[in-house]
This record gives sequence, structure tokens and C-alpha cells, in this order.
Amino acid sequence: MDQATGLQSPDVTGPAIAVSELSLIYGTRPTGVLALDRISFDISDGAFVAIVGPSGCGKSTLLKILAGLLPATSGQAKLRGTAITGPRRDIGVVFQSPVLFPWRDVLSNVMLPADVQRLDKSEMRNRALDLVKLVGLTGFEKRYPRELSGGMQQRVGIIRALIHDPALLLMDEPFGALDAMTRETMNVELQRIWMERKKTVLFITHSTSEAVFLADRVIAMTPRPGRVADAFDVDLPRPRPLEVMNTEAFGAYVKRVRVALKSDGGLD
Amino acid sequence: MRRTGPFMLRLLLIAVVLGLWEAGVYFFKIRMFILPPPSQVFLALYRGFAEDLYPGHIIVTLWETILGFLLGTILAFVLGTLVALSRRVEYFLYPFILMFQAMPKVALAPLIIIWFGLGLTSKVINAALVAFFPLMVNTILGLRSAEEDRINLMRSLDASKWQIFWMLRLPNAMPYIFAGLEIAMIFALIGAIVAEFIGAEKGLGMLIQTMNINVDVAGQFSILLILSAIGLVLNGLVALARRRFVFWDAAGQAATATQTEGNKP
Repeated sequence: MDQATGLQSPDVTGPAIAVSELSLIYGTRPTGVLALDRISFDISDGAFVAIVGPSGCGKSTLLKILAGLLPATSGQAKLRGTAITGPRRDIGVVFQSPVLFPWRDVLSNVMLPADVQRLDKSEMRNRALDLVKLVGLTGFEKRYPRELSGGMQQRVGIIRALIHDPALLLMDEPFGALDAMTRETMNVELQRIWMERKKTVLFITHSTSEAVFLADRVIAMTPRPGRVADAFDVDLPRPRPLEVMNTEAFGAYVKRVRVALKSDGGLD
Repeated sequence: MRRTGPFMLRLLLIAVVLGLWEAGVYFFKIRMFILPPPSQVFLALYRGFAEDLYPGHIIVTLWETILGFLLGTILAFVLGTLVALSRRVEYFLYPFILMFQAMPKVALAPLIIIWFGLGLTSKVINAALVAFFPLMVNTILGLRSAEEDRINLMRSLDASKWQIFWMLRLPNAMPYIFAGLEIAMIFALIGAIVAEFIGAEKGLGMLIQTMNINVDVAGQFSILLILSAIGLVLNGLVALARRRFVFWDAAGQAATATQTEGNKP
């Protein structure tokens, strides 16, 4: 779509995201802690990639670097050919908690990125209404966050990250705080949103089955220091229903992640 | 407010207390200049208004309180914002803040009267001084209370420092600021009254002093009633504004955490 015009990207043939030899040391040498150890991977345009690993494996740190919130110690990450050196307007981030502003109603929470980046108000309003409809929140536009359930709040958090049409969507365990049932519903919902919008997504989770269910490609990370233990494509037809989790193929993928994490002593 | 039963009981309790007070004064033959019966207090209140003595003093004290409140809180908001946003400002102002915070501000009233005279100015300045600290402390706390996640969200959107202030820090601080304003309002009234005690030409504090000299204890009680009513109304006005501007924190949850110990008149 955007690539055909070549407007957004000087490097249309390469991957959407290219992470090479990315390392991060917290504190200073020699006492500093190595959080990420030469992480490398590519994400092709429009792909859904999940990074799975136990807590402390540096996956949230990696996301912060990609969001431009934290500078890497060495190595680099490129988005559509240009290095990520700070916050960028072509990235959308969904956090662990919905992070809604209680003084803004649903619609103006969704509009926050548009307000910050001074985008065209009426155009963005229409986009916001479309997105509200996409996640089934029509009728709740004027409600305030405290009137919504946890699942509804996170839906608002997700479409807020989509309003400014970013090239990359970063999701940091967005469903970690939800109960198991809501979480599964949200996984199906996210798959539907992604299939409709075809965004490049980097999804961070500590749930193996969530990673396999959602992603085209799974990257397994082990902690201390954070390293890529395994990376593989998930070849399951879409849209994937929840029942796919009961199939043998699904089980095999989940097992592969477990093995990768265990062999490095990562999973408890 | 809720059910009528408890409400009637409340009224009844007040009536019983007043009745016991009245009866006690007559039964134990307590003299008027020690403790007047409530009937005498209400009579004094009635006379004060009937003889047009009270309204003029009420207006003076109200005016001092409101002007002092405005002066004190505007300065407190500006200074609190500077301290909250700039480590350097905080570093240099901190010793002064610490010294003034520990000091009972009303102890400055005699000096203020010497410097600014017996008129309106000294009362306004004293009220402002006392109202200043609760709001400054709460402004600093409020502006610094923005959650890390929310700041990260704004930063990830490439928001400028100003945008983070206007769109996040300031609205986020509103519950704290209004909690501070509610305290500041009552403190301003205290500041005005104390300054009137020290030396004034008019006002309810001066009236209390005069009545004290004339051993008019019922009159003093009637002024206390008026002061209590003024305090309730002024505080209610701020609370009303809070419910309008901080509608998302109607219960004042964020605010209750900030009734800090440093807030002394």
C-alpha cells in the first residue's frame, strides 16, 4: 500500500524492522548489568511477530528501545530504513495497562496521539469513530474510562495506538492484566483487527500459547542476559479460531518454544 | 440527606444538646461572662444584624479572606509549578521552603501589621501567607504524581515538554490542587482573623477583641457562629468547583492522600 508510492520509505525492498546486534547494559561497565545481548531479527512488512520469554528476559527493555524511549548501548534498530534514535510518530505503542487519561472520554482518549501530533481534527475524528466501531465500542464514545471494564479499556488503548496510522505497532503484554477468559476474547479480537488493518506488529508476551496463537513468527528470548534462543514461523491458517489451540500442530509449536526456553534454563 | 429517620435524629440531638446547655447554665447558675446560654447567643446574633452592626464587619473579613486567598494561591501555584518542573529552582528554594514550612505562619502577623499598617493590606498579606503553603505543597505533589506509564505514553507519541505539562501533568494534578485550595480557603480565613486580632480598624476578629474587653461573651459566641458559617460557605464553594473541574475524581481519592503534615496555619 504505502510502499507502492515509496513515500514513507527510502528502503522499500528491505524489511519493515531490522534489528541488528542490539545490546543494552544497565549502569556502567564493569558493574553494569547486561540486559540485552546482541539481539538480531527482521520483521517483514505487515507481519505479526511475537516475542515470548519469562520475566527478566529483557523483552520490555527491547520494546522501550524500539519505541525510542531508551537508547541502546550498541547495535541498532531500523524502521523502514531509518534508525530509531528517539520517539517517532510512525510508531504506536500499547502498554501493559491501558494508560487512559481519566479526564478524557473514550473518543478523546483515542484522539490523544492526533492532538499531540496536531493532525487534522475532523479527519482524525472520523478515523477514531471508525476504530471505535472496529472494536465494538460504538455508543461508548462519550463514556469515561472508569465506566469501562478492563477489556474495554484495553480496546481503547489499542485503537489509540492505531489512530495516527503508524507503520509499526508495539504491544507490551497488553492483555497481561486481564482474566483468562477476557484474554482469549481479546486475542481473537486482536487477530481480527490485525487482519483488517494489516499493520506490522511486534507483540511481547510471557504466554507461549498467546504468542503461537497470534503470531506469524515467534521469537523466544531467554534471560540474563536477554538473548534470542529460537525463532520460527507459525504456519497455521487464518483466521485462527480458539479451537486451534487444541490441535497437534499448535501443540508442537508451543512445545518448540518451551524447549527453546528450557534448554537455556529460562523458564521456571 | 439520605433517609429521613437518621436526619431527624440528628436534629433531635442538636436540640437536646442546646436544651441541656440552656438548662445547665440556669441550674448551675453559671454567670453570663463565663458561659452564656444559647438563647442569649441567638439574641446577640439577632441584635447584631438588627442594629446593622455585623454586616459591615462581615464584608470586611470576607473581602480580606478572599483577596488573601487569591493572592496566596496564585503565587503558590506559580511557584509550586516552577519548583515541580525545575530541579534547579527546587534546589535553591528548598532551604526557604523548609524554614517557612516549619514555622507557624500566624506568628508573623504582628510583624505584618507593623510593616503594612492597620488597614486591609496587612490582613490580605497575612491571609495570603497562611493560604500559600498548602497549595504550593499540593501543586508540587500533584505535578510530580504523573504515572511513569502515562509519561512514557506521551513521550512515545513524540510530545513536547509543554504538551506533557498541559495534556498530562496539569490535569493529573487537579485533584491535588483542589484539595490544596480547600485547605487554603479555610487557612486564609484564619490568617485574616489572626491579623485582625493583632490590630485592625474593622472586621469580625476585631469585633471579637472588642467584645472580649467589654466582657460580651454572648456576642463572641455569635461571631464564632458567623465565622463557622463563613468557613462552611467558602469551603463549599471550592468543593463545588472541584466537583465541576475534577469530575473524574469525584470521591477525591487522589486528594485525600495529600493532607500533609506540613500544612499548618
